[in-house]
Amino acid sequence: MEAVENAIEVKNLSAWFGDHQVLKEITMGIRRNSVTSVMGPSGCGKSTFIRCLNRMHELTPGFRTTGEVLFDGRNVLSEEVDPVLLRRKVGMVFQQPNPFPRMSVYDNVAVGLRFNGKRSRAEIADTVEKSFRMAALWDEVKDHLDRMGPSLSGGQQQRLCIARALAVEPEVLLMDEPCSALDPVSTGKIEELIEDLSDRYTIVVVTHNMQQAARISDSVAFFLLGELIEMDKSAKIFTNPADKRTEEYITGRFG
Amino acid sequence: MKSVSYRRKATDRIMKALFLLSAFLVILPLFLIFSDLLWKGAKELKWSLLTDLPRPVGEPGGGIANGILGTLTVAGLAMAGGIPLAVLSGIYLAEYGKGAFASVVRFAVDLLAGVPSIIMGIFGYVLWVLPMKRFSALAGASALAMIFLPIVVRTTEEMLKTVPVPVREAALALGIERWKTTLFITVRTASAGIITGILLAMARILGETAPLLFTALGNQFWQTGLDQPIAAVPLQVFTYAISPYDDWHDKAWAGAVVLILLVLVLSIGARLLVRTRR
Repeated sequence: MEAVENAIEVKNLSAWFGDHQVLKEITMGIRRNSVTSVMGPSGCGKSTFIRCLNRMHELTPGFRTTGEVLFDGRNVLSEEVDPVLLRRKVGMVFQQPNPFPRMSVYDNVAVGLRFNGKRSRAEIADTVEKSFRMAALWDEVKDHLDRMGPSLSGGQQQRLCIARALAVEPEVLLMDEPCSALDPVSTGKIEELIEDLSDRYTIVVVTHNMQQAARISDSVAFFLLGELIEMDKSAKIFTNPADKRTEEYITGRFG
Repeated sequence: MKSVSYRRKATDRIMKALFLLSAFLVILPLFLIFSDLLWKGAKELKWSLLTDLPRPVGEPGGGIANGILGTLTVAGLAMAGGIPLAVLSGIYLAEYGKGAFASVVRFAVDLLAGVPSIIMGIFGYVLWVLPMKRFSALAGASALAMIFLPIVVRTTEEMLKTVPVPVREAALALGIERWKTTLFITVRTASAGIITGILLAMARILGETAPLLFTALGNQFWQTGLDQPIAAVPLQVFTYAISPYDDWHDKAWAGAVVLILLVLVLSIGARLLVRTRR
């Protein structure tokens, strides 16, 4: 790969749920301001992998990791890094749209700001609108910002969740199969959005949809049974994979 | 073929009728109780009931105003102490309670919920009345709080457990601290259910008589302090009902109507308050 600065460096990352090892010695770099897809069949550890990047698994009993995830020059897995501060830099969008149920559309996006110490109303209103615009949702919600979050359609809810994540101004956006619960039209909108956002954000998308990975990503990492089989430019992976297992997956022989 | 389909539809209708009938039978007692109370209490249901102090036997008029104020005071005190304690313990059980201590708490709370209310009265008597050497509103409130607590602890826990994990994760992923996530996201999401639990427990303690017998005691006059005996509507209904006088019996019926209306008004009021605040 060409020498571009990486936003995140993963070194020998292994992870266990109890005795069950789900990630095996993963080493990879995630390029700044680009889209990296993590692809592989169900159970290959791809969700676990991105949940290590913002320490989301921390509350799962029996979960532990070894190795390093370097971000901003520090190992985010170490005790010295406060996961709360880390997550303000490394945002996350989940598989199922999960807007806060008893909160308005506006509050869903504003709540992160309020809790992260932004005080002035005008400042919050400003950032909320900016976030809605970035998530390509502003025109659809600007006239009913006081409606409850869950009253939106599934695709709108997912863009609401993206706006919510963007509002706290992260550097990295982790997306865990963000389209798997959405219809093709909404999926198209989210994919377009991911491309737009990649100018300003480092985006890591988990997907088991190869076409999606091919459409949206600059780089693709292929995971199988907890191992990183190969990682390369998207075009290279899908036309001329180095590993036989990648080729078999892409051609639909398993997974 | 046709006859089978006919039978299936008939069964379907019969079952539906059965469900409907059961639902009707469930609400029937409420209507019977309320209409009976209204019928028998009609004679004494007048404004003076709500505004006047009780009068001696034989003297016409008089009311249970001190009892209404007393009930609100004692139940209000019980809830002022009980709500924070119960909700916070419910949060502990739902959000942090995985170990042995939590199991012990859960078990103890369930036991507490099963303790007969008269025992709560004796508890209040031993805890407050004996050392203070007098009956008091505080003693009554602590006895009612013991009934209030377990109901609200367990409903809070159950309601918090219905909040989906992804909602919590969404908040954590925004860099919101765990305690803030719990208090301002998870509890807020479950707030409707928690409030319902609080209202049910409130309705329950508003009508309790037994725990107040040895604690609040009752009072013929306006209350003078929280460390003094205090009147309560259920106590007045009890006193009037076991008396041998016909006009007091009428007052007992009317007092019962007031008690039911009190529960109704407070429940509806609390719901409206919560709805407009949202």
